[in-house]
Amino acid sequence: MNKENSVLDLKKIRKISLLNIIWQWEIILLFIFIIVIIINSNLSPYFLDYTNLMNTTFNFIEKAIIALPMIFVIICGDIDISVASIIALSSVFMGMASQAGVNTLGLVAIGLFSGTTAGFLNGFIITKFGIPAIAVTLGSMSLFRGIAYVILGDKAFTKYPASFAFFGQEYIGNTMIPFELVLFFILAIIFGTILHKTTFGRKVFAIGNNSTAAHFSGIPVNRIRLIIFAVTGLCSGLASILLTSRIGSTRPNIAYGWELEIITTVVLGGVAITGGKGNIFGVIISIFIIGFLIMNIVVGLLLILAIMLPELLKRLKPKNSFGNVKK
Amino acid sequence: MKDLFRKREFNLFIFILFIIFGVSWRTPSFLYINNFVDILNDTAILSMVAIGQLMIIVTGGIDLSVGSSLALSGMSAALLNQYHPGIPIFMIILISIAIGLLLGSVNGLLVSQAKIPPIITTLGTMSIYRGLVFVLCGGTWVSAHEMTEVFRMFPRKSFLGISSLVYVSILIVILFLIFLNLTRTGREIYGVGGNKVASQYVGINLKKIQYIVFTLCGGITGLAGFLWVARYAAAQSETAIGFELQTIAACVIGGVSITGGSGTIIGVVLGAFFMGIVYNALTMINVSPFWQMAIQGFIIIFAIIINTVMDKRNQQLMLRKRSFNE
Repeated sequence: MNKENSVLDLKKIRKISLLNIIWQWEIILLFIFIIVIIINSNLSPYFLDYTNLMNTTFNFIEKAIIALPMIFVIICGDIDISVASIIALSSVFMGMASQAGVNTLGLVAIGLFSGTTAGFLNGFIITKFGIPAIAVTLGSMSLFRGIAYVILGDKAFTKYPASFAFFGQEYIGNTMIPFELVLFFILAIIFGTILHKTTFGRKVFAIGNNSTAAHFSGIPVNRIRLIIFAVTGLCSGLASILLTSRIGSTRPNIAYGWELEIITTVVLGGVAITGGKGNIFGVIISIFIIGFLIMNIVVGLLLILAIMLPELLKRLKPKNSFGNVKK
Repeated sequence: MKDLFRKREFNLFIFILFIIFGVSWRTPSFLYINNFVDILNDTAILSMVAIGQLMIIVTGGIDLSVGSSLALSGMSAALLNQYHPGIPIFMIILISIAIGLLLGSVNGLLVSQAKIPPIITTLGTMSIYRGLVFVLCGGTWVSAHEMTEVFRMFPRKSFLGISSLVYVSILIVILFLIFLNLTRTGREIYGVGGNKVASQYVGINLKKIQYIVFTLCGGITGLAGFLWVARYAAAQSETAIGFELQTIAACVIGGVSITGGSGTIIGVVLGAFFMGIVYNALTMINVSPFWQMAIQGFIIIFAIIINTVMDKRNQQLMLRKRSFNE
């Protein structure tokens, strides 16, 4: 879209009609969100209840926290499908430590550290050998969860310190706002600022649009990709802490299949799977859309529709007003 | 001779011999002919579906939905057999192949016509097809006593000590060897993977090729679905979860380049056989089956790194040869 706009002179851009604002992806997402809310509140009168709304967020905030760094990964033109396995791995390590009598603070450190290490390992192999991210994370997805299975087998860790339950189960003060939700919004502000207001964010977009050109412009492409993969691991570790704390136990199949939902969320939020395009507001709306819609088939359909819609919209849009000029 | 050693298939073959030697040194029963028949049976379905996956990866795509479409076509075959035991077995086979072709062509259409990247398409259809399996069976499963004798015994019938399951997979291997190496479309598949733009300039229909590989892979998967359900005499909603990973693993171990353009059927079959041998050897030397997943992941990453490093070296060698000749 950017490329096409730059061809036009400014006057034409200012002429953007109301129709075109409606066609913007975030606005469409808002409409979808409102429709989901209307359907849900028709299905159950208790849906719009304040306490219920707040408690529903427990089900998807952990995924949302991983979706934030995943925006960066996908804008870079990469993908990480090992995130759910990193959750399992971190959770198993925390379980082992807890069994050995480590206190809550130590558990948090272990969770964050093992997540970051796993993410760093992904990024290292991808950038060092120049292998597509999909291939490496496909392997590590199986490796990380496999290690969880090796350690746990068919057993489960259930002994966690009482204070560890705070992260996934407690509310802020006497309000009914979950700690997780507040943490998510703080992280969303941080990630949004980095993506849209810093040079680091601009570099990420540059890499996604043309990594060769970015490299020749002096952007340390591989180092930035490595950092992003490590941060994705860090956030997966954080999600693992929240999830383990919430359900109070660890099994090797914990968070199975989450990678699909996380990637769907990001793509539905308007981030181009080919890289170079996207913004954080769309993803935040889509987090809440998918969060209130928990069905397998619907998630799959949404994913495919989300990718198809921009193509369809391009055809529906009024010609010659938003850059659909013949070259 | 030097060229032979540079061939990945040959190296893999040597490596397999090495493992067989190592394991049989510790447990001699590994070398029994019965054990090898078991390994062949275990890898037959994997190598068939891996060939479908090979064609897609060669064009530069990937299919993550094979596990789900295998489960869907297998479940349909089992339910058909349960409620209409009178339907002859070859009709059931044809129907499950048809269902597979249909599921594959949906993938193919989305990739070629709607231009959705294969990874996203198949990630989506993976959960759609798996969801349809749940819808179809309603959470229950079809177990052995609900299937007819003919249905259950089909993959088990043996001739000269080898089961029909293995014969079917050998047939598929030969068919696709001919298709990929000796037909025009087969060569075009490699052409597309080598260079998408160049292949279109020489007149290859990219959309057609993409549609064909996904549909063919679906067809193979459909057949495999029937064989799977009949062999294990059970159709569940969890059938073949994670199977897509194994097929991709067989491909990368067999030297298929994940970015497309290169890879051979012999390599993929050896790759599948390699995985079969490793799993079998693990059980033989009393390693817990919980290790399987971790080892599979490790092998995938290791094989991809080896492939990439060797690719780079071969390219350098080619460049050096060319400059030498000039």
